[in-house]
Amino acid sequence: MSGAFRIPGAGHIDRAQPLAFRFNSKSLQGCAGDTLASALLANGVHLVARSFKYHRPRGMFTAGNEEPNAIVQLERGPHTEPNLRATEIELYAGLVAASVNCFPSVDFDLGVLNRLASAILVAGFYNKTFMWPKSFWKKFYEPVLRNASGLGVAPDAPDPDIYDRLHWHCDVLVVGAGPAGLSAALEVARQGLRTVLIDEAPEPGGTLLQRPAQIGGIAGAAWAARAAAELDGLANVLVLRRTSVFGYYDHNYLMALERRTDHLGPGRAPGIARKRLWHFRAARVILATGAHERPIVFGNNDLPGIMLANAACTYATRYGVALGRRGVAFVNNDHGYALALDTQAAAGNLSLIVDARPAADPELARRAAGAGVRALQGHVIARALGGKRVRGVDIRTCAGTNAGRVECDHLLISGGISPAVHLFSQAPGTLRYDARLACFLPDRASQAVEVAGALNARLQLASALADGKAAAARTLAALGRAPAALATSAALTASSAASAGFVPPATVAATAAGTPAPGPVPDELHIEPLWSVQSLLGRKLPGKHFIDLQNDVTESDIRLAAREGFRSVEHAKRYTTTGMATDQGKTSNVTGLAILAEALGKTIPEVGTTTFRPPFTPVTFGALAGRDRGTLSDPVRITPMHAWHAANGAVFEDVGQWKRPWYFPLPGEDMQAAVARETRALRTTAGVMDATTLGKIDIRGADAAEFLNRVYTNAWTKLAVGSCRYGLMCKPDGMMMDDGVTARLAPDRFLMTTTTGNAARVLDWLEEWLQTEWPGLKVYCTSVTEQWSTVAIVGPNSRKILQALAPDMDLSNAAFPFMTFREGEVAGLRARVFRISFSGELSYEVNVPSWHGLALWQAVIDAGKAHGLTPYGTETMHVARAEKGYIIIGQETDATVTPQDLGLAWAVSTQKDFIGKRSFARVDTRRTDRKQLVGLLPRDKSFVAAEGSHLVASPARAVFDPASGSPSIGHITSSYFSPNLGSGFALALIANGRALRGQTVYCVRDAGPQPMTVGDPVFFDPEGKRRDGID
Amino acid sequence: MRYSIFSLVRQAFAGHRGWDEAWRTPEPKKQYDVVIVGGGGHGLATAYYLAKNHGVSNVAVLEKGYIGGGNTGRNTTIVRSNYMLDDNAHFYEWSLKLWHQLSTDLNYNTMFSPRGVLNLAHTEGQRDQYFRRGNRMLLNGIDAEWMTREDIARFIPHLDCSDNPRFPILGGLMQRRGGTARHDAVAWGYARAASALGVDIIQNCEVQGFAREGNRVVAVETSRGRIGAGKVGIAVAGNSGRVAGMVGLKLPIETHVLQAFVSEPLKPMLDTVVTYGAGHFYMSQSDKGELVMGGDLDFYPSYAQKGNIPILEEAVAAGLQMFPILSRVRMMRHWGGVMDMTLDGSPIIAKTPIDNFYLNGGWCYGGFKATPASGWVFAHTIAHDAPHELNRAHTLERFETGHVIDDKGAGPVAQWH
Repeated sequence: MSGAFRIPGAGHIDRAQPLAFRFNSKSLQGCAGDTLASALLANGVHLVARSFKYHRPRGMFTAGNEEPNAIVQLERGPHTEPNLRATEIELYAGLVAASVNCFPSVDFDLGVLNRLASAILVAGFYNKTFMWPKSFWKKFYEPVLRNASGLGVAPDAPDPDIYDRLHWHCDVLVVGAGPAGLSAALEVARQGLRTVLIDEAPEPGGTLLQRPAQIGGIAGAAWAARAAAELDGLANVLVLRRTSVFGYYDHNYLMALERRTDHLGPGRAPGIARKRLWHFRAARVILATGAHERPIVFGNNDLPGIMLANAACTYATRYGVALGRRGVAFVNNDHGYALALDTQAAAGNLSLIVDARPAADPELARRAAGAGVRALQGHVIARALGGKRVRGVDIRTCAGTNAGRVECDHLLISGGISPAVHLFSQAPGTLRYDARLACFLPDRASQAVEVAGALNARLQLASALADGKAAAARTLAALGRAPAALATSAALTASSAASAGFVPPATVAATAAGTPAPGPVPDELHIEPLWSVQSLLGRKLPGKHFIDLQNDVTESDIRLAAREGFRSVEHAKRYTTTGMATDQGKTSNVTGLAILAEALGKTIPEVGTTTFRPPFTPVTFGALAGRDRGTLSDPVRITPMHAWHAANGAVFEDVGQWKRPWYFPLPGEDMQAAVARETRALRTTAGVMDATTLGKIDIRGADAAEFLNRVYTNAWTKLAVGSCRYGLMCKPDGMMMDDGVTARLAPDRFLMTTTTGNAARVLDWLEEWLQTEWPGLKVYCTSVTEQWSTVAIVGPNSRKILQALAPDMDLSNAAFPFMTFREGEVAGLRARVFRISFSGELSYEVNVPSWHGLALWQAVIDAGKAHGLTPYGTETMHVARAEKGYIIIGQETDATVTPQDLGLAWAVSTQKDFIGKRSFARVDTRRTDRKQLVGLLPRDKSFVAAEGSHLVASPARAVFDPASGSPSIGHITSSYFSPNLGSGFALALIANGRALRGQTVYCVRDAGPQPMTVGDPVFFDPEGKRRDGID
Repeated sequence: MRYSIFSLVRQAFAGHRGWDEAWRTPEPKKQYDVVIVGGGGHGLATAYYLAKNHGVSNVAVLEKGYIGGGNTGRNTTIVRSNYMLDDNAHFYEWSLKLWHQLSTDLNYNTMFSPRGVLNLAHTEGQRDQYFRRGNRMLLNGIDAEWMTREDIARFIPHLDCSDNPRFPILGGLMQRRGGTARHDAVAWGYARAASALGVDIIQNCEVQGFAREGNRVVAVETSRGRIGAGKVGIAVAGNSGRVAGMVGLKLPIETHVLQAFVSEPLKPMLDTVVTYGAGHFYMSQSDKGELVMGGDLDFYPSYAQKGNIPILEEAVAAGLQMFPILSRVRMMRHWGGVMDMTLDGSPIIAKTPIDNFYLNGGWCYGGFKATPASGWVFAHTIAHDAPHELNRAHTLERFETGHVIDDKGAGPVAQWH
């Protein structure tokens, strides 16, 4: 037995598959096909939650995605998930769930003490108090508020599951597989269009599964199953179940979240992505997203056992669950009235319908009488009675006269409908308020979309089916397909009444532009708007009158907001927090704004709605990230020599996406010792570095030299083939952007090198100028960073080592001078050898196709054994280049530094034009007291300043003094200990620094200012003799 | 009526029927000494300080929709003054000082919570940059603190401080006096306080043009008629270009979309603001329990106050690098605001080529934290027809002279800031 409240024989559940589960530590049983909510209700469990502010007992209020109350924490440990709606959780064996926001338990919750202060805890109370004493807000008041708020608890372990992202294109995307969506999907799918049908439920059907229905003589559920089977069988159709479309973006881009394994239980589908995030691009969209039912506000309308009528009907019809023994319904419209009677048909427990209208539809009234249900017309419920469960209602006439008290253990409410316009509105589409139907309906669309079904206020089955077909016909017309030969199979065609809703051809033409079918919406509701019983009766009634159940917002909160001037619907929302809970106000927003309108003496359309934002239902962050997790979050780029580096003990550092050897410690060495050894080798014997990561761009075309002339600050047209040149690139403001050596491979072909981290950015930059500013230039840029491996052989012995590998290459200074390159064979490999230097030493950078990178590296290592060759990493490279005063982009520069600031005026042409040139004429760029690059030597040779330290003119200025302004005159950009100098040294940017040469500045640090002497940024071999080799 | 626990209790006994309107709702007068266009935090603060500091209370704030409905009501509420360049540092530091007393000053709890702002560093180079920034802050009398990876691991238990992330955390620059505030309350608090000093706040009043005589603006044409103005200040970030265009000014500003998003509410798990250094992502937890997050611009100029999914996915992926435990938590809502992006990342609070027309804009995506100081110095600039010491550098002309304030060191492209 799966619960005392199970209705024998009813529901689409599998009684043969009982499922044991635990809720709040209690063992219970449900059936396959249940949701957690239906299983709890089958066991008579209504009290499942405590409200946010007042900790009032709450029960299931809906049967779907709009649920405000039944928020639970599902599972424990790494699989736990906070804030799920019990109405959406499919039951599985062993499920464990617990209530949130209550202590010690949902039955006995100490939080009810808040109720003692409930007269104070009105909308915006926190803005009016907690201001004294000032320091108490952060220390006391706020922590108390924070601990009181929040619902569930985040997991405390990483997620064991995986997630996928998919992209899908289709002709027609149908959202919602209720009767309208199914009938629309059938129409377009049969025309061979690439069709996608999506529904959040486990099976298509929508309301066909939730109410008793007949189509063409068969049961609605069976019809839905056959329709789904037909669609599943078509190759051009994708039917997604358990999938929620949550966002409608520009260009008919829709997003959906598919839940693939949640219904199986945690860990039961290893290797399968738990959720999939679908990106859809659809030529046309049909929205058949249905409608939410709306409550009526009366006293204590939040008690467990009080539920929307469609939810009660769903529990009875779909899940075979009765909500209690004795029910009452409170309605103001025929739809709700009919739902109450449908519930009665399945559950047989309804005793009374309280209808605020003078009369109901006569047919419905007859049905009520026939079912033995008493109907009170022109009456309202003023207050519900009870504590943890409703146990009765106080009834009054619409004139306010007391009409007695009726006992009940559950109460169905229907105050009208709120079509689920969310996606339509996001698109964005405008809404119109239909006063007759008392709801907002889609009006003008801005994208290629049609609406159908209850979203379009077609509530009757026949008209929903017809409306779906009509939307399909408009869609087909817009796609240039005639809505030809419609299927005539009896089983798959709605009753003859359905076709009456077909839209005439004129309308089809008009709607192709994206406007929903105009024309009168049939009134299938016969509603008499009733938002609040208090306002109908014009008097204050006992109890709390809730609008937003999850955020505990009451009618009086809205009225208070209006009184205090929060008249805009957005202000009222933000002040009261109506609609800001996890349900985003699906059952409360319209009621809230209607009551606000009344309080302000305005009409509902004058007040308007708040903005509908994505997501329609919450989206798991893991699914948004997809596989962009851990090491896959950003590509790890390694060079072909990486394995050698790793095997030889390299410590790596991240440089952009690259892993570069930082240093190669020998056993027992720390970083300092390793770098000292590597630096010494480079200056005395030889070093070898993997320089593969430097960006390499192949620039080709008749205008290549002219192009370089424009992007670099120096001149390029006369560079000889076979030669290289150091180039500077500036942004239009004249600030340094990148630097590197570029070689001329042929008259129309250059190889540009860029800094490692900027490679992609520089290529983007070149392309942007070529494509947007100079489309006339014949130039093509290709990244070849990964096509070539680069081995830099550096140091006095480098020539000998290279000669051993390239015996045929004349490496003499005369034949192969500095800043040239040669092509030839190195270690038996086709190679480009560049004689350039980033260390001041004689140096050759050998490039071979990447495939041979490791072979070359190994050959160099072997050949270097006899010459003291030592592999080194980026840290040694930094020390060596800093000793020479060579800059690193991003370290010496930060986009506020000009070439002149760095002492590189020699590389800036005064003749030709180039990007950034005109900015050198600006007042600020011409200032002579700009920060300039200088070298610093500490008075205490052992002192190595921290990079990022600031410099002041005197020790006294090393602290902040508001009277004398900012004391910093500059900062240290690079700082190392140089074994070659036997001293610490630094590069720094100092205001008017070149004029300070020979003077002392002070490096600010916690332990007291350190004196340093300003000098030239070149510390080593200023004449540059070493780059030609030491004989 | 003064707000306090006593008035709250008194009203509780009176059914809360005695509360006044938070701010008056007057009909626009024919003429004001100063008209402020834009009823966001900055415009309202400007009006408040005009009245309070300069005795100029014949002031109207014109708002096309509802006050605080633009970026004031859309941002991620981060307040900090961790700026490096002097021109910004002292301005934002003054702002932070004003934040610390704002609730008391306005008699409105803006829920300012100095819970700290931590910028994570993931590489040596980034650490050096934060050293440079932090050291400069200290020299400017602004609090800054370097936190090691171990410090951070203790401070933020759920942050992945292991070697597992693609870019492991090396440390971070912390400003403890920074934090968050309730954005709406800032607009409402300023509105209430300004209104009490005589400022007229006029909502649903869209500016459609300006009437000029010579090089002066004499009136503002609005959807509620012509309103005469002795001086006009605009504080309409996100729409600065459009409004300034109505007087023929072309601004060095591009308009971009920036998105923000929140999770469902959770029990407290993060008691600070933390920013990712190896990508673009930042997060804090609101008093209601929602995780408030943001990422990068959408990278196309737009006035649409909504964004698209790709940037969101990127931001979330970055967020999960930091907090892998959030993978099963769910996003509840995402939205967008439009940003005035300047070419150096710093705002413009200045006189303009039109004699009595003043500009407050170009806030990029960091205007919220500046609200108090922005109002303070803009009021000064309008009242004295000359900038305050703290906004002397925030001119329009700097883009011509080159004296830009590029705190991030990003360069002259709007979307790089």
